[in-house]
Amino acid sequence: MAYSDKIRGTYQAQLKGIQDAGLFKQERFIHSPQAADIEVEFPAGSPLRKVINMCANNYLGLSSHPDVIKAAHEGLETRGYGMSSVRFICGTQDIHRELENRMTQFLGTEDTLLFPSCMDANAGVFEAILTKDDVIISDRLVHASLVDGIRLCSAMHDTIKHSDMAHLEEKLQLHADKRFKLVVTDGVFSMDGDTAKLDEMVALCEKYDAMLLVDDSHSSGFIGKTGRGTHEKCGVMGKIDVITTTFGKALGGASGGCVSGRRELVEMCRQRARPYLFSNTIAPVVVAGVLKVMEILSKSTERRDKLERNAAYWRKGLTEAGFVLKEGDTPIVPVMFFNAKLAQDFSRSLYDEGIYAIGFFFPVVAQGQARIRTQISAGHEIHHLDKALAAFVKVGKKFDILGKTKQEIIAKYGM
Amino acid sequence: MAIEGLKDIVLDYVTKEYLEDDSEALTYDTPLISGGIVDSFSMVSLKRFLENKYAIQIPDDQATPEAFDSVNKIATLVEAFVAKKG
Repeated sequence: MAYSDKIRGTYQAQLKGIQDAGLFKQERFIHSPQAADIEVEFPAGSPLRKVINMCANNYLGLSSHPDVIKAAHEGLETRGYGMSSVRFICGTQDIHRELENRMTQFLGTEDTLLFPSCMDANAGVFEAILTKDDVIISDRLVHASLVDGIRLCSAMHDTIKHSDMAHLEEKLQLHADKRFKLVVTDGVFSMDGDTAKLDEMVALCEKYDAMLLVDDSHSSGFIGKTGRGTHEKCGVMGKIDVITTTFGKALGGASGGCVSGRRELVEMCRQRARPYLFSNTIAPVVVAGVLKVMEILSKSTERRDKLERNAAYWRKGLTEAGFVLKEGDTPIVPVMFFNAKLAQDFSRSLYDEGIYAIGFFFPVVAQGQARIRTQISAGHEIHHLDKALAAFVKVGKKFDILGKTKQEIIAKYGM
Repeated sequence: MAIEGLKDIVLDYVTKEYLEDDSEALTYDTPLISGGIVDSFSMVSLKRFLENKYAIQIPDDQATPEAFDSVNKIATLVEAFVAKKG
């Protein structure tokens, strides 16, 4: 019989193991649009609670913007609901091309290709442009989607200690005999919230004739003076060979992603990338929404400016309260707990105080590195941040971790 | 046949390549991959380092996570390939 008791029992034991280890994730059900204030059902079946959301990738507060919603409606009316096709067959509309051109201009590259998600862009790009004669040298903290895409590729894969430029130089020398070398990094690292040293990486890549790929999903729209991304912040626009990014975070938050960069590399993706060839095109409604987002961002930097002020205010407040944070200057502010159960218990207590912020633990982050990854939005007002800070302080006192070092927290709660 | 200093060279390389400053010191028997210290995908630079240093070629099907799981096991593998070289 298919799916025998033996098979079912094996998986039940595995799931119980995850629960016993304190690593089981539970979903919360949101009954409102994404915004700073949301209504949540948690646990399932509970009455709805109004809470402040401190963990969305809604950096610019555009996920439910009325102008974006209106543009999406217009997209539905003029271009339909779905294309029922991959891009190259009959899934490319004029608005797909328009968005690709807009992203090329925004990112300062030569060409852009849309994908159903940045996860798909990252899954497809490496295999499309590299062979077994090449090497990929990636930072050890790159996003899971990059790791997965690299594993799908036949090129050799080596890694460097996080943001360690001396280690990168060693690896570029070690692999000098390969046909092509591709260095891979996040622009802003998704779990730690720190920024890649793109200026130094570009210099090393130029010195050793290597290409550079940056996943700027946690940067596009708000990092850099005009929100172009990490390359703008580091003064290396025009020097990144491949940028991958998502429309599922700051740029509207719906879905979709892209590969943007050197013309030939983008064209190779158009010809060979499997997610492009075999996965459905981005729905017209989403493309229309993203086009409106890009129009909003091209008119003013007020949203990214407000985000920057909010993030600084938030980080200062948590630091002064005595939390252990990962260092950085982005809207990703990880509050470190190290112990998975502590992170989850703290999150649950925050929820009781009206603050929605989820604990992250293995396998999302390394064992012993559990945290609550707070993320700030231009949609947050100061009263949101003040209420959230008060809640963090109250719960921090409850768990007696304020002013404690990493070692002291681990001594009290274990890893 | 044992190669002089091989284990310390491997231990030194693995420590510098994979460990952060506040990590515990490794021994010749510390499980590297099964112990989560070395990602099996990160073995490639160790493999290249050994091949370059001892002028050997380790086929991919023999550069397994099991064969690389401790300094002692790595030394055994390297010595076997050096001996084959003659």
